[in-house]
Amino acid sequence: MSGTVVTRETRPGQQAGAAVEQVVRRFGDRVVLDHLELTIGAEELVVLLGPSGCGKSTLLRLLAGLDRPDGGRVEVPAKRAIVFQADRLLPWQRVLRNVTLGLHGPDADRRALDVLAEVGLAGREKAWPKELSGGEAQRVSLARALVSEPELVLLDEPFAALDAITRLRMHDLVRALRSKHHAAMLLVTHDVDEAIALADRILVMSNGRIGTSHRVELSAADREASVAREELRAALLNDLGLANQH
Amino acid sequence: MTDIGLKSPVVVRAAEPPRTTGREVFLPRDARRRTALHTLGRRLRWPLGVYTTPVVVLIAWEVLARAGVLKKTYAPAPTSIVRSAVDLWQQGVLGPDLAISLQRAGIGLAIGLTVGIVAGVLGGLLRSGEYLFNGVVQIFNTIPLLAVLPLMIVWFGIDELTKVLLISFGAGVPMYLNLFAAIRGVDQRLIEMARTTGAGDWRLVTRVLVPGALPGFLVGLRFSLAYSVLGLVAAETVNADKGLGFLITQGQTYLQTGQVFVGLVIYSLLGLLADQFVRVLERVLLRWRPSYEAS
Repeated sequence: MSGTVVTRETRPGQQAGAAVEQVVRRFGDRVVLDHLELTIGAEELVVLLGPSGCGKSTLLRLLAGLDRPDGGRVEVPAKRAIVFQADRLLPWQRVLRNVTLGLHGPDADRRALDVLAEVGLAGREKAWPKELSGGEAQRVSLARALVSEPELVLLDEPFAALDAITRLRMHDLVRALRSKHHAAMLLVTHDVDEAIALADRILVMSNGRIGTSHRVELSAADREASVAREELRAALLNDLGLANQH
Repeated sequence: MTDIGLKSPVVVRAAEPPRTTGREVFLPRDARRRTALHTLGRRLRWPLGVYTTPVVVLIAWEVLARAGVLKKTYAPAPTSIVRSAVDLWQQGVLGPDLAISLQRAGIGLAIGLTVGIVAGVLGGLLRSGEYLFNGVVQIFNTIPLLAVLPLMIVWFGIDELTKVLLISFGAGVPMYLNLFAAIRGVDQRLIEMARTTGAGDWRLVTRVLVPGALPGFLVGLRFSLAYSVLGLVAAETVNADKGLGFLITQGQTYLQTGQVFVGLVIYSLLGLLADQFVRVLERVLLRWRPSYEAS
């Protein structure tokens, strides 16, 4: 496997899972997103990395359609889903009904059961959310996002609240799910190791724009431990302005 | 390169004496010896649950009445109240009076709850609904039920209409206020989440807003039932020729304290029944809620 290719610009001409052009977002006088450009290819997993408050979640909310930009243009597929940082399950609905919330049609239950099995929760469909552990609840919210077969999945620090062991399991799960569900994904995180573990491409945000872009073409084993991994990690920390502290 | 090395601070640990105070040991509950005396003590502490206190009061009352501390015209013993209730029933007075009172309460509640729920749902879901109802109901809320009564008599006469309207007024206002607050109080993040899953307005209302507002609705129902009994009392004591209130007024006029108490006991039983009814609803409808269990 080759190492990493560092490019300054996203690759144009690819069929886009999402396209963000010259987007501006302000909160009062503060410009959070400053003419930001971003293209996500079909079936590509892009990780957006940056410190707290750099505008990662703001960008994700624009892509989700939860907020509108103050300038520029956002183009996303109509079929998209979001996994939030908190599970946001409806406490008054059992697991199955939480997953089928946005589903219609006679086979909704069967599809929900299939996806629940995929995330490793077969047989838990009758549980109340209060009976789930943090990892299980986040898996349900992952199932809820995937059940509608979206073309774009937005993940807003989905594993940040989980413990380290559960987080690693969730990374495996995301990799497994990608082979079945052909969706573009944008994962927002501040965890460098999580970014390396999952990404096709890692974008580092700075000053309201995409600072640098790293294409990651490593095998699963190389992502865990290799010289290339350490080089990438060092480069990412450098981009984040943490070069001397690792 | 790494010249910003962090030197670990040297901590000098003084030879502290091992602290033995303030320690707690937790063992499984079963590990504690469960003697027969222990279980008996627990059984005896609250043998009748929530009814323990009322029963104790009743027994004390009975004892005091029999001992002659309480005068018969003042507060007759519980057993003699029961006896008067049986007498009144056998005379054919209590049955019809109770029936007419329950009918009034039922019709009043039905009207009040219907109006309260419809207005509450519209006010909670729609901005225009809020503007339409909220001001009026907030004004109604501060008007005491008893103060409206004379006006209602002037407007609607002394017939059934006034009584039913007074009860529905008492039931409708708290239902609206609680339902409105409950719908507006549903977690905004859950609504946002539901929108992103592609759930339409109908799904949003039926699966997020209505179940989310259910705890508040049940609080409203509790108040509505209690206030409707209050309205019943107010309506019946002022002008009636039948019903429980009439029974009480008549008892008062002829100094039949027992008869007054029969009416009061029935009112209080209605309140108790209403509370139990809402409790059962809560147990069934709010199973999902991780609730606080007092020990």
